[in-house]
Amino acid sequence: MPSTPVVDVAGIALRRPNVLVLRHVDLLVAAGEAVGLFGANGSGKTTLLRVLATLVRPSGGTGSVLGSRLGTPEVEQVRPRIGLIGHEPALYPHLTLSENLGLVESLCAAPTMSAADALGAVGLAAAGRRRAAHCSNGMRRRAEFARVLITKPDLLLLDEAHVGLDPEASELVEHLVGDVVERGGGAVVVSHERDRAARIVQRTVVLSDGRIEWGGG
Amino acid sequence: MVIPFGAVALLVIPMAVGIETTLLARIGPGLFWAVVLLFGVLVTQRESGAEGSPQRDLLTLLGVDPAARFAATAIANTILVLVFEVAVGAITIVLYDPDVVGWGWIALVLPLVAAGLAMLGTIAASVTTGLGGRGALAPLLIAPIAIPIMLGAAQATEGLRVGAGILRWVLVLAVVDVLLMLAGVLTARPLEES
Repeated sequence: MPSTPVVDVAGIALRRPNVLVLRHVDLLVAAGEAVGLFGANGSGKTTLLRVLATLVRPSGGTGSVLGSRLGTPEVEQVRPRIGLIGHEPALYPHLTLSENLGLVESLCAAPTMSAADALGAVGLAAAGRRRAAHCSNGMRRRAEFARVLITKPDLLLLDEAHVGLDPEASELVEHLVGDVVERGGGAVVVSHERDRAARIVQRTVVLSDGRIEWGGG
Repeated sequence: MVIPFGAVALLVIPMAVGIETTLLARIGPGLFWAVVLLFGVLVTQRESGAEGSPQRDLLTLLGVDPAARFAATAIANTILVLVFEVAVGAITIVLYDPDVVGWGWIALVLPLVAAGLAMLGTIAASVTTGLGGRGALAPLLIAPIAIPIMLGAAQATEGLRVGAGILRWVLVLAVVDVLLMLAGVLTARPLEES
């Protein structure tokens, strides 16, 4: 398990055509720490998560994620250790939940759980044969949690962590974040429900207009 | 779902040019390839674009090589286009009664064309991902590059009709396919990172 910072970035900037989405963002997530990321709609939270997930190359700034320098080919080594649950589910709508998670299990280098066990752990054992397109938002969200149980990432990035979740499913969020932290990894949790998020994070960061307003590195 | 549209296109054209059987037999193969190009590329572009950003992100994080992803998508699209070609080809034979010989050569030309159009559609979908007006942009990208494919296909079937050798046109198709494959594989990672 990593003892160096899970996330250590400074001066991160991201420019889109005509818009500076992120401006000089400094963020440090220590090993064994969960950080809450808050901010208004359009403040750059999702974009920052995608930068930390190494899916988007920043326009400026330096830093590392899980010890690999951002914006370099090094990040390919650590991508399998990153878990991202975004706004929309990363499920193929025409496949069943079992097939979707079976795909993840087959592509994961070292799955820690079978797809069937993961579905059972999130309360979807009976829904495995249902196509993702025919599942509710809450069920799709739970299936995403099941994916994280299979891949057991060292850096967990949760975007809109609690949206569409019943209290039981919200406990799953706490379990996932707690598990990563306990293993010495790190988590960044975006949520509009600050009370719920405050229960699972050790520190909060507020992003405003692409810039850290409070908290950070 | 696209096959009925292809069939309708082939059915409507004789109504426009008249039902002179000699003429229809003459133009049948060309119309077949035109329908294959127009609808086949539509199919591959749509199938390639069916994968959304979350799914692409997931595959990236799972470490799936972009070139492997291109190859898998292209192979799946090739099969789709090939099925489309066979179905529409059967309809063409019924409606137009073309005078075509050399079915062995046709069995070689069909998959070469399918592979070329499939790779072209896959690359176009990757290039235009996330762009506004993607639906209009992709055909504009595809059309000029599809010319050698259509030329090779049309000349091959015309050559078979008149009993001429068609090896050079088969080679044209094969070379275009190889070039498209190289382009797809080499641009897969840069396109993903962009």
